[in-house]
Amino acid sequence: MNAPLLELSGLTKHYPVRKGLFSRISGSVRAVDGVDLSLQSGQTLGIVGESGCGKSTLGRLALRLIEPTQGRVLFAGTDLGHLGPADLRAQRRQMQIIFQDPYSSLNPRMTVGQILSEPLRLHRLHLGRQTQRVAELLHTVGLAAEHAGRYPHEFSGGQRQRIGIARALAVQPQLIVCDEAVSALDVSVQAQVLNLLQDLQQQLGLAYIFIAHDLAVVKHIATQIAVMYLGRVVELADTQTLFAAPRHPYTQALLSAIPLTEPNRQRQRLLLAGDLPSPADPPPGCRFHTRCEHARPTCSQQSPTLTQQDGHAVACHFWRDIKAPIRAPNAAINTRLQRLQSAFVT
Amino acid sequence: MALLEVTGLSTHFATEAGEFAAVDGISFSIEAGKTLAIVGESGCGKSVTSLSIMGLVGPAGRVAAGSIRFDGRELAGLAPAEMQALRGKAMAMIFQEPMSSLNPAFTVGEQIVEVLLRHRPIGRQEAQALALAMLERVRIPAPAQRFHEHPHKLSGGMRQRVMIAMALANSPRLLIADEPTTALDVTIQAQILELMKSLQQDSGTAVLLITHDLGVVAEVADEVAVMYAGRIVEQAPVAALFSQPQHPYTVGLLGSMPHLDRTQARLSAISGQVPGLFERPLGCSFAPRCPFAVARCLLEKPPLMEMGGQHRAACWLAPLDADALVPQASERALA
Repeated sequence: MNAPLLELSGLTKHYPVRKGLFSRISGSVRAVDGVDLSLQSGQTLGIVGESGCGKSTLGRLALRLIEPTQGRVLFAGTDLGHLGPADLRAQRRQMQIIFQDPYSSLNPRMTVGQILSEPLRLHRLHLGRQTQRVAELLHTVGLAAEHAGRYPHEFSGGQRQRIGIARALAVQPQLIVCDEAVSALDVSVQAQVLNLLQDLQQQLGLAYIFIAHDLAVVKHIATQIAVMYLGRVVELADTQTLFAAPRHPYTQALLSAIPLTEPNRQRQRLLLAGDLPSPADPPPGCRFHTRCEHARPTCSQQSPTLTQQDGHAVACHFWRDIKAPIRAPNAAINTRLQRLQSAFVT
Repeated sequence: MALLEVTGLSTHFATEAGEFAAVDGISFSIEAGKTLAIVGESGCGKSVTSLSIMGLVGPAGRVAAGSIRFDGRELAGLAPAEMQALRGKAMAMIFQEPMSSLNPAFTVGEQIVEVLLRHRPIGRQEAQALALAMLERVRIPAPAQRFHEHPHKLSGGMRQRVMIAMALANSPRLLIADEPTTALDVTIQAQILELMKSLQQDSGTAVLLITHDLGVVAEVADEVAVMYAGRIVEQAPVAALFSQPQHPYTVGLLGSMPHLDRTQARLSAISGQVPGLFERPLGCSFAPRCPFAVARCLLEKPPLMEMGGQHRAACWLAPLDADALVPQASERALA
């Protein structure tokens, strides 16, 4: 196997919690706590988990948009932590990000042309033919060259997200972090943007870190998935394996909570009790033990490490003893519906 | 007789550019104890429909036409005081964002007490006991303690439980739930949907569920109405809608969702976008995005037509026959 494009090791981010008149540090929120992950070029790593699990913080740490408390990020062999501001900026050309909210991530005072040529100017790319490059970029994301003169408010949510994608592509990066990039979009537009992201990956050999709370979306686009809970990766496997045989009780509950679009299908549902504990005060031992129906005394004392077997890593003391819930057999394929839907594929 | 019967409802909004129909002549009904889901994307008019029923469209909007019969009584044109007597009692509503629907200055207990006192001839002590019982019913842990807490102390899922407790406090006959789980994480969503289902079974309340999420629809609805550009384009019992959709928009919507069981190389995304409020086409509003659209679709608006088995679709080509339909590339280019 080739050396990974991106390698995160022991990555940790603690935010201090301040209290009282003199803002003394009274504790810390462990947003990300010792995460090891790697990503090959041209692949997609999905990161899933619920609000507050640290997935967005992890995405920002990977680009060194925020400084880690501990740990290391290697991008194509370079340790990002050792780079000075100028070198880091040069390195950022290879790594871009697309944000969730297409309304707040574009400057309303700039035309689309200005938004797209700014990264070119910063990195001194395509000098003298930036207008042409902007037109190319707009074309790549399914917009037209004449859109360059318009302002963000003249576009719909889906179109704005295309502009955000074009801006990320402007500097020809190798890696794009997509942070809930399709979550704010309506489902029909979301499908358009997902198809676009997949096309771009094939054409340009991009690697994605795809952060989302929607498991069906992540399953569709990711080659590998990391499941996070309270700042830690609890399970890591390739997409097919994770969905076919989830090992961690949290992953199992997460999968069984997704509503299926088949009204009459029976399945075993695992309902998690209670809420997510506060990341400022995570439970001792396994962080999931307070909501886990399989928890034993060990779980509240020892923190399980992420251990790999057959290319499938899980952080649970007792995963071997836990049976995955019975999956309902797949529904018969609706050929009429599939044929009708094939008319929509563009 | 249906508990709620909406006929030919049109709700208009005044803007600087003129008046437009957010809801454009829709009809549906809900029986007691049943759940009707209205599903559609942003701007299709699903929320305005629910606000129209509750008499909450606000100063810019007005119910321009149609009838809303609730338990045999006409709501359209009812005096504000009479609407107020109904809201929170016979019909109640829960919203997407529990944080902005709860008053941050009062404890959750007080807010439920207020709803009870507003509509029932009971004393404060009795109301407090009932409010506490409601918190228990929606399975809030340590309800006696939570009763005295302010909304900001509660998690999103707990706040939504409080909203449900408030809405059900006076045993409404109709509950309107507008995106009740959209702001919640998926494991919390599963808890809330489970709770709503079991409370409905106990009380026989009719539910009008407004959502963009077809997964949620499949989980809880008995019947579904799909809205597009202010109109109902398809309506059917839930199983039929998912297995035998008859409107191309529904077909496209189902194909846009990534499937959990199957791997798909590409999603069958619907090209283009929803027409602007003042750009609605002369014919079928979906025609410019429809791969099957023929000349008639561009010129004439199809009414909601009976397909048999309580299945209705507003499409000139329905029932859709996969063998006979040919994608009409040229027509789309024309549009």
